[in-house]
Amino acid sequence: MEVAVENKTKTLTGAEALIQCLLAEQVDTIFGYPGGAIMPIYDALYSYREQINHILVRHEQGATHSAQGYARVSGKVGVVFATSGPGATNLITGIADAQIDSTPMVCITGQVASQLLGTDAFQETDVMGVSMPVTKWNVQITSAEEIPAAVAKAFYIARSGRPGPVVIDITKDAQFGRLDYSYERCHQIRSYVASPAVEKASIWKAADLINKAKKPMVLFGQGVILADAQQEFKDFVEKSGIPSAWTIMGLSALKDDHPLNVGMLGMHGNYGPNKMTNECDVLIAVGMRFDDRVTGDLSRYAKQAKVIHLELDPAEINKNVNADVAVLGDCKYTLPLITNAINQGNYSSWLEQFNELYQEEYKAVIKEELNPATDKPISMGEVIKLISDKTKGESVIVTDVGQHQMVAQRYYQFSKWRSNITSGGLGTMGFALPAAIGAKFGAPDRQVIAVIGDGGFQMTIQELGTIYQSGVDVKILILNNEFLGMVRQWQEMFFDRRYSFTEMINPDFQTIAKGYHIPSQKVKERTDLNAALDTFLNSEGSFLLEVMVGKENNVFPMVPSGASVSEIRLR
Amino acid sequence: MENKIELYTVSVYTENNIGLLNRISAIFQRRHVNIESISSSVSEIEGVSRWTILISVTEKQIKKIIGQIEKQVEVIKAYYHLDEDTIYQESCLFKVASDLLFEEREIQNIIKESNANIVTVNKDFFVLEKSGRKKEIETLYEELKPYGIMQFVRSGRIAVTKQPMEISKSLEAIQ
Ligand SMILES: Cc1ncc(C[n+]2csc(CCOP(=O)(O)OP(=O)(O)O)c2C)c(N)n1
Repeated sequence: MEVAVENKTKTLTGAEALIQCLLAEQVDTIFGYPGGAIMPIYDALYSYREQINHILVRHEQGATHSAQGYARVSGKVGVVFATSGPGATNLITGIADAQIDSTPMVCITGQVASQLLGTDAFQETDVMGVSMPVTKWNVQITSAEEIPAAVAKAFYIARSGRPGPVVIDITKDAQFGRLDYSYERCHQIRSYVASPAVEKASIWKAADLINKAKKPMVLFGQGVILADAQQEFKDFVEKSGIPSAWTIMGLSALKDDHPLNVGMLGMHGNYGPNKMTNECDVLIAVGMRFDDRVTGDLSRYAKQAKVIHLELDPAEINKNVNADVAVLGDCKYTLPLITNAINQGNYSSWLEQFNELYQEEYKAVIKEELNPATDKPISMGEVIKLISDKTKGESVIVTDVGQHQMVAQRYYQFSKWRSNITSGGLGTMGFALPAAIGAKFGAPDRQVIAVIGDGGFQMTIQELGTIYQSGVDVKILILNNEFLGMVRQWQEMFFDRRYSFTEMINPDFQTIAKGYHIPSQKVKERTDLNAALDTFLNSEGSFLLEVMVGKENNVFPMVPSGASVSEIRLR
Repeated sequence: MENKIELYTVSVYTENNIGLLNRISAIFQRRHVNIESISSSVSEIEGVSRWTILISVTEKQIKKIIGQIEKQVEVIKAYYHLDEDTIYQESCLFKVASDLLFEEREIQNIIKESNANIVTVNKDFFVLEKSGRKKEIETLYEELKPYGIMQFVRSGRIAVTKQPMEISKSLEAIQ
């Protein structure tokens, strides 16, 4: 009896407090899926339907990718709800993806009541244990009072420093319990350095190397986007005059048609920047982490160059490539310091070498990819090129994983920033459809186009249901080669054309779209392509366009795995 | 030099946190680095835990590992040292049958010479405690072995460094 009286004096339940905390963090969108262990939270959410838009996904993996898409276009933290056990384990792929691609995300999972923890209760999974290796931070809450401080900490950790995913696992009794609610945002944790202090000496050293360079080259990654340093980066590139190449996570940080943008690095990147990596005398890496898909064989990577590494995360310095000068800190601050300290640069003859290599690549690869002979099947490249022209490069392009991903990133001419949404580090098939949904909620005024292979589409195809129910406007382009194309390409090149389980016998995607009330069209002939793309792009609301492309086309150039970047092949 | 495998003592200052043992041990596990010993206790700073971890790796590896450890949100600071830069000890307990203590004169000499302490004696067994370097403990073990050791346990290494660690100062700077 006394307990009940005392409870009444407390202001909120844990579940209500959680929603209040989310409002205090300016959360306006949640992607989620309910279940037993998170029901009190869903019940509390019901009263806040006007303030918070909850998107009911069709699979919890979809919720994570949607939250990622939302976060990537908006720079805000993506928020996910899921229940205990299978709900929580279904999140793991998306959490791992967010971890390796540094995406700010807060996942809130329900958990069995605290007295049941460790008893193998119904839908009990050790979410802390399972999510530990793929989260920036995780925490389990077993009493209502802990909720506000944990949420504050979670949002701070997710968005600050090098962003990442955080899991808050809340037991059911903590959701039901009561607390005196008050909320204070977190701005500091004593054991955590969000952004290391900038060492002035590193700035001078970097500027000195840059000023003396004869053949410098800039490599930029997602760090530029995460730091919101688009302008600072452009200023640096323009004053320095240095040819600049992007990793796929850095794509759209600098306009593709910028005269100093020399293209894509890595396995399916452009010929010039890959070759010149082993020619340049100073390599300036900005917010990128020398992933093996970018570097190829490390023992033959840029050995001739002095390396300057601008990086926020100290653990990335000397991890894969040794830095002669490490410029630690947020590049939003370090870039202008360097820009101020360097001389106006002009490397026209060096830049000309990139252009010459581009011409070689154009003749050997690009021309044919963008303008195939009339008797050849439709190529992925020509579809992307048309879309790029028709949208003036202003759309948000969300790609899945495979050949179409590489082609979209190579040939869409991005003119707006935060526009390339892809699964870079993890390469998660099934990413694009849910991520595109999230991207549209994160940037409602922009056109969002998902580019997906016939294989990856079927990994999260059920999210068509989310599109229908939420009414979100996503243009879905399926580039159908009736193969797991990228794997088939490797089989062709490195496994004697033994096409072991890569051929796809697909359903009729139009019938499926119809079931979800999404208009669609299928293009088999080149003559129908242009008009179909107009219909697709100008449709009101979502539209699915399936384009049958060459079954055995390959993506080139290619740095075969284990090869050096200078061994890049044009065919 | 960077590629020579050596024994390193890693000292990690952390917030007290339930999940941290998992997070830290996963860093070693992912890189196939065997932990030779690990121990955790309170430190000189209130509310801060100190871990002592022993691993054999190259200097190149240890630098990267320290980076990964420090990246964990609840880790305050991590350091690594070679043996010559630390003062270190391990301790161990031997459980031996009591009759040996009275009947085998040799055992009494061994105890005396090894600077071991008798923790308890009863009619069935006595317990011997010895702190020191790994080698000394191994020697004592070999000496007692012929008489029959009922139980033996050895702790992980604990170590302090010869040079000061700037941990308290860096904490003050944050607060
Ligand atoms: C979840 C997952 N499973 C397997 C793979 C391996 N994989 C990489 S690309 C690829 C083929 C993708 O085929 P599709 O979606 O049809 O796209 P395409 O390469 O044909 O454009 C596969 C199977 C992966 N990246 N992700």
